[in-house]
Amino acid sequence: MRFTKDHEWVDLVGDIATIGITAYAAEQLGDVVFVELPEAGRALKAGDAMAVVESVKAASDVYAPISGEVTAVNGELGDNPQTVNDQPEQSGWFVQVKVADAHDVDALMDRAAYESFLATL
Amino acid sequence: MRYQPLMPADRAQMLAVIGVDHVDDLFVDVPPVARLAGPVDLPAHASELAVERALGRMAGRNRVAGSGPFFCGAGAYRHHVPASVDHLIQRSEFLTSYTPYQPEIAQGTLQVLFEFQTQVAALLGLPVANASMYDGSTACAEAVLMAARVTRRRKTVLSGGLHPHYGATTHTLAHSAGIEVHRLAAAVDAEAAVIAAIDADTACVVVQTPNVFGSVTDVTAIAEAAHAAGALLVVVTTEAVSLGLLKSPGEMGADIAVAEGQSIGNGLNFGGPYVGLFACTEKLLRQAPGRLCGETVDAEGRRGFVLTLSTREQHIRRDKATSNICTNSGLCALAFSIHMSLLGGAGLATLARLNHARARRTRDALAAIPGVEILTPRFFNEFAVRLPRPAAEVVEALARWDVLAGVPFSRLDPAAGLDDLLLVCATETTTAEDIEALTEALSAEIAA
Amino acid sequence: MSPVNVGRPTRPLDSVDASVPAPRARGLQQEEPLIFDRGGWGKSGVDFETGGEDLSAPDLAGLERAGPVELPGLSEPEALRHYVRLSQKNHAIDLALYPLGSCTMKHNPRLGEKMARLPGFIDIHPLQPQSTVQGALEVMDTLAHWLKTLTGLPAVALSPKAGAQGELCGLLAIRGAHEARGDARSTVLVPTSAHGTNPASAAQAGYQLREIAQTADGRVDLTDLAARLGPDVAAVMVTNPNTCGLFERDVVEIARLTHEAGAYFYCDGANFNAIVGRVRPADLGVDAMHINLHKTFSTPHGGGGPGAGPVVLSAALAPYAPTPWLVHDEAGLRLEEHSRGEAAASQGRICAFHGQMGMYVRALSYMFSHGSDGLRQVAEDAVLNANYIKARLSGVMSAAFPDGPCMHEALFDDAWLEGTEVTTLDFAKAMIDEGFHPMTMYFPLVVHGAMLIEPTETESRRELDRFCDALLRLAAAVRAGDVERFRQAPVHAPLRRLDETLAARRPRLRWTAPAA
Repeated sequence: MRFTKDHEWVDLVGDIATIGITAYAAEQLGDVVFVELPEAGRALKAGDAMAVVESVKAASDVYAPISGEVTAVNGELGDNPQTVNDQPEQSGWFVQVKVADAHDVDALMDRAAYESFLATL
Repeated sequence: MRYQPLMPADRAQMLAVIGVDHVDDLFVDVPPVARLAGPVDLPAHASELAVERALGRMAGRNRVAGSGPFFCGAGAYRHHVPASVDHLIQRSEFLTSYTPYQPEIAQGTLQVLFEFQTQVAALLGLPVANASMYDGSTACAEAVLMAARVTRRRKTVLSGGLHPHYGATTHTLAHSAGIEVHRLAAAVDAEAAVIAAIDADTACVVVQTPNVFGSVTDVTAIAEAAHAAGALLVVVTTEAVSLGLLKSPGEMGADIAVAEGQSIGNGLNFGGPYVGLFACTEKLLRQAPGRLCGETVDAEGRRGFVLTLSTREQHIRRDKATSNICTNSGLCALAFSIHMSLLGGAGLATLARLNHARARRTRDALAAIPGVEILTPRFFNEFAVRLPRPAAEVVEALARWDVLAGVPFSRLDPAAGLDDLLLVCATETTTAEDIEALTEALSAEIAA
Repeated sequence: MSPVNVGRPTRPLDSVDASVPAPRARGLQQEEPLIFDRGGWGKSGVDFETGGEDLSAPDLAGLERAGPVELPGLSEPEALRHYVRLSQKNHAIDLALYPLGSCTMKHNPRLGEKMARLPGFIDIHPLQPQSTVQGALEVMDTLAHWLKTLTGLPAVALSPKAGAQGELCGLLAIRGAHEARGDARSTVLVPTSAHGTNPASAAQAGYQLREIAQTADGRVDLTDLAARLGPDVAAVMVTNPNTCGLFERDVVEIARLTHEAGAYFYCDGANFNAIVGRVRPADLGVDAMHINLHKTFSTPHGGGGPGAGPVVLSAALAPYAPTPWLVHDEAGLRLEEHSRGEAAASQGRICAFHGQMGMYVRALSYMFSHGSDGLRQVAEDAVLNANYIKARLSGVMSAAFPDGPCMHEALFDDAWLEGTEVTTLDFAKAMIDEGFHPMTMYFPLVVHGAMLIEPTETESRRELDRFCDALLRLAAAVRAGDVERFRQAPVHAPLRRLDETLAARRPRLRWTAPAA
């Protein structure tokens, strides 16, 4: 699993990357009440606003950590947005993306690097 | 000064606590060039009596609608409002409270908003209603902006029966946001003409029923055509009382329904403040503008209400908000809700039928005048007539008979080439004597 | 479907349904159900004069609805009880100080209510012949004169329905002025401390937004402003006094830099009440400013409106004001309702009819009552009261900008709560138990845990002391470590804290009939 400074995680299996927000991000947001996801098939460029995650008092854009095409979105979050709080790095995933270039994922932080990054905040 | 509790001694003591000598010392950050040495050139303070005299004199220069025969509508309607409505909205706890951001001490306003949303949703026939907009015209513009967000399309088509002020308002507010606004030529009874203008870039079509000419339309086919093209249907109603008798916009397939709510609970007020009603389908909820009140529970599990889904709004989403609206029309919504609660569905139905009956009676009387042609085939409580002379002239002439005969269409849209067209409205406040006075004056004026 | 109560009672008359919790009444506080829970389906509290009319057969070619709208009705006594009971669950200015910073909750003179209800104002139609409403046009003309004189600007658009619409209207005038000289621009600059309507209005007017940094003393950073100004900037939008309750000392320089870059200076006039009668925005270099009549000129907030947001405009922006325009001609006053003649360059309509007449009358009544001397006193007392609160509380709470005077509101941060486990929210909720409305919290966003207190000029010294004493007692409780009191608060309000997460996760926005 790889991580970004915007507190997203990316888990690459084959050429499909599963993307979500980290436990740290979920904790900072507080109770998540709604997640707006992109439609399947949308082409994402790294850095695009691909989703919005809302708590009661805040709405945050979630940026695509890598480029690729959305192959699946986590429909479960529509009915149970609290999954993002409960299991942010497992069943609280947001989207799956067919990556354009797997090397993009390698360029992200590993867990140790992400944890050192968190320690600086 | 009667509104200022501080006495000179208070001020002196408070300045001492603050640690300055003079109140001017609190304004030191104002650049010297902009400090006014003394009062501006306006009259000094005045007693209640003096203010009543001054404003009473201005009020006395206006012809009061209820003081004689009166047939104006076109987006603002004169109805009887029960005495208890105005009494209740003047209670301090409603009148002098703020937007209910602290729900523990604002349950009164919040429960009213929840009841209001339920009433509006039932009237418009859609599952979601917001806590009010400024008025019908701005609600219409917001509906168009919302349709553009939902469909990610940039074009809207407005029917020729849409109130011209609504069309103009929508044009101003949507155009600046980059939306192409097509207004069809004014037409008495042709709401369905929007169908031909729908294309692949159309976010929504906007139709009105009863429209500005009074025509009532079944918009079902328009809804089908819009949906087939991936566009939304926005239905506008300027006379909320008509909803007591007519099929609701939701029932006919509207995705968004907006209405002017002034007719219920609110006076004419020379055009404002009014209250915009806004409702939509469940699917569109997250893109709705304005405040929403929702049910929840408190820490002890008791039912309560809060403003909710506020991440759509400007104070959180800032430049990405669904609308810039902040203050809306709370007290007018309260008046609407109280009057609606007094009426109930049954009372509203009777009121609507009574309006319809009085308007038909007026139509029959005018139809008998030689030279007057009734143009609106089916109507609720207002209709268009063609006069043998420019309607504006006739209306001015009849005002000298102390009859306010209606609204010349040219006042709303001088470029439409419909100068001979007069919009006539009757409500439950219209009496047989009023109709007789109108008929007599109009016959004489046309014959002259 | 409507649950219609008909037929025989379904349970013995002397039994109580144990499955329904007993309603809780606290003394005079009555629990009040929703109108939909009370029944009354088919009932109406309105009688009609139907004499002689045939109501049975509408002439609508089948477009009539199948039956009445499914809504309950209340008789008049039931309605009075319902709404009076509900009203008693609200805080109000008439009950106690309402220290909401940036909202300006001051006393609402009842004379305004009386005047607005004169038949000659409340019962006139917006489209009556103009010859029959010369008094209404005189109200508009007089209000315009007062607003222009108080601000020093030569024109005013009265019709914006509220402050946010005033902002939009001002920005559209700016767009019009730039486009007319072939200089279309794309960007509006707004300080990070701005109210949310500023960026939202800029976006609605089709502009991109760029933020301006703030200095350590809570003002616009001139260096950052100068760096961001350029040929793409249409307007600089600054609230003055700003949302930190401070006067922008460098406002004249802000205006100069803005004009030098070919942009216009838009002032958010939400806080005009702090300077009315003492400072004319025109003398600061302002090109456009909206005025919230419901703040500075005290038309009632009504639980969230209606307000009114007239916008004053410089000579360069005036041609682009929205219709209608009020003009003087030989017959008297006249409304030009279309973009033609003198209004040819107008931005067009921003609402139906002529704006918020009912609010104009109330505001004018307030202006006449105060006069030029009373309005100046309004600003002085508003600023005096805020500084008095700041002085009394600063020993215990941490002022966000301790140096120098504030204007009409005193801003504290949560540094003084650090390490106490009490948050700004907890502290504010505890104020409810003391009989006060919380102050504005967490706004402006640039101050951590912000608490923004605006007392207004209509509070007596006694009430200010009562308020300060209550806050100081609460602060002492914080220091004493009585954390539970704050976490639980409020306990004396009609309801305890509400579950906002539940409300947002499972939105229930209207009553629905329970499943049969």
